[in-house]
Amino acid sequence: MGDPEQGRFGEFGGMFVPETLVPACQQLDAAFREAWIDPAFRAELTDLLNNYAGRPSALTECSNLSEELGCRVLLKREDLNHTGSHKINNVLGQALLARRMGKTSLVAETGAGQHGVATATAAALFDMDCVVYMGAVDIERQKLNVFRMQLLGTEVRSAESGSRTLKDAVNEAMRHWVAVVETTHYCLGSVMGPHPYPWMVREFHRVIGDEARQQCAAVLDGGIPDVVAACVGGGSNAAGIFAGFADSDARLVGVEPAGGAAVGRAVPGIVHGSHSYLMQDEWGQVLEAESISAGLDYPGIGPEHAHLAATGRADYIPVTDAEVVDAFQLLSRTEGIIPALESAHVIAWLSKARHELKGQTVLVNLSGRGDKDVAQMMDILK
Amino acid sequence: MSGVLEATLRSRRDSGGKCLVPYLTGGLGPDWLDTVHAVAAAGADAIEIGVPFSDPGMDGPTIQEANDIALEAGVTPQSILDSLRGADIGVPTAVMTYGNIAYRMGWERFASMLVDSGVSGCILPDIPLEEVGPWAEAADGAGVETVMLAAPTAPDERLPRICRRSHGFVYAVGLLGITGVRAELAASAKIIAGRLKNVTDKPVLVGVGVGTPAQAVEVSTVADGVVVGSAVVQRMLDRAGPEGVGELVAEFRAALDGP
Repeated sequence: MGDPEQGRFGEFGGMFVPETLVPACQQLDAAFREAWIDPAFRAELTDLLNNYAGRPSALTECSNLSEELGCRVLLKREDLNHTGSHKINNVLGQALLARRMGKTSLVAETGAGQHGVATATAAALFDMDCVVYMGAVDIERQKLNVFRMQLLGTEVRSAESGSRTLKDAVNEAMRHWVAVVETTHYCLGSVMGPHPYPWMVREFHRVIGDEARQQCAAVLDGGIPDVVAACVGGGSNAAGIFAGFADSDARLVGVEPAGGAAVGRAVPGIVHGSHSYLMQDEWGQVLEAESISAGLDYPGIGPEHAHLAATGRADYIPVTDAEVVDAFQLLSRTEGIIPALESAHVIAWLSKARHELKGQTVLVNLSGRGDKDVAQMMDILK
Repeated sequence: MSGVLEATLRSRRDSGGKCLVPYLTGGLGPDWLDTVHAVAAAGADAIEIGVPFSDPGMDGPTIQEANDIALEAGVTPQSILDSLRGADIGVPTAVMTYGNIAYRMGWERFASMLVDSGVSGCILPDIPLEEVGPWAEAADGAGVETVMLAAPTAPDERLPRICRRSHGFVYAVGLLGITGVRAELAASAKIIAGRLKNVTDKPVLVGVGVGTPAQAVEVSTVADGVVVGSAVVQRMLDRAGPEGVGELVAEFRAALDGP
């Protein structure tokens, strides 16, 4: 099974970083380990999650969609969190930790801008300096989130190298971090990167799964859903909700964009600090992912997901951009909930797999709201 | 294990000289192999050959650009190593690339390809001590000298462990940051060199942020020599040709040799 606390998920994980960053990763590991068992830290984080971010998030029974699809759909409403997605759970945890370690600045990468906005929010709250790297392509398709970050006092820097999307924003954030590692915490936004990030970020998002387990028990007479499904780019929201059901019989399903299906191709590689599945050519050059959703436009995946896939504990299924566009409209029309394009991937899978899922209960992590995507969808649909 | 890279650098040092190891990007321009020869002739003790990677996390804009140009031209690890095979460069070479290039090919296969191509050493900057095991086993088995990096952020107890694992030389990272030429030598460069010299007899060369002959001389008052990367690669990007790059390396050589 490996040991997540030591950075190993089966054969995956590790700490593949330049030597300069090794002490910082080790310091972060020690600090998180200590904080996570400190009741005062946990109490402060819980207070922020409840009274600032608005947890616990609701569990919504989707009667109309259930009727249309023939399976019972429960939505875990991470879209209702402050800043509009699950990302705030992790960011509040890391910002508290950064302050505890005496770091005065944050640096982060962002794809769709959700993690960037969450990080900028925490930086404003904790009065820390913040720089967010975002691919030039994503800056163009997520203008609203760029402005949001700037409004919150964060400097948004454009990643102009490579594919100019999330992968390149991670490269730039890491290059930035190497130079300022003594004063700055890298607030990584997914369950990827070097140890301790995949483990730590999952633990900060575990609250999604823990809440959902209890909420499901309340509506399912103590039972669990047949299926727990979430979209997967790096895989943070999926890791969070899976954590609450890993020891149950629920089928775990990660939905990948067809243009960024790292698990679907199942070729192991090493990039951005960890050993995991990676889209790459025969020489090991990383390929560019292509997805309608900036948040899933990433050629890798967190090492825990590679492990869950390799051991068969979770299934990873691709959906196409066209299916996502349909799903985006389906949920909006049937339930009055406009999902983030990332989260719409899960709805797209439900719609596609409706015969297979007939009569089952499916818990969907609705990881974010779609406000940020409305302008892009307006262009696509008009 | 000891190899020709370490023996060559030790010999330079033990005869009172300072080591000069230029870095250049493999496959950058059609005449890159001529540049390798020119650099050897200009007084390099050994040469680092960069094998381009799509996501070079330790590299600044100059080497990133060189990587992109070479990759767009269709360069592969295989084509670079094929070119080096039998090239009779006259000084030892070390390949510098990222872990995934070696991992994708297979640790053992990559190590034996280096040997077949006449390459003595290998530097993988994203494979630190904690992860080096599988690669080190393959490299040691094939007789490839694995050069480890040591950074200013390392606590004292870490440095002897890095030095023990390092072969060829110990690569002291001169500053907190990525590769690239800086206006001045960082204070951290001489400090890390001194800390390493205190714990190892192996040659200690400083790279990252050593961009001018004057900086090379300054840091070599403590270190055994320097790795010069971005300054050399910038000359290649400026289309100085083998001769122009050789001239730059000769300037470093002359400065390090002193009056």
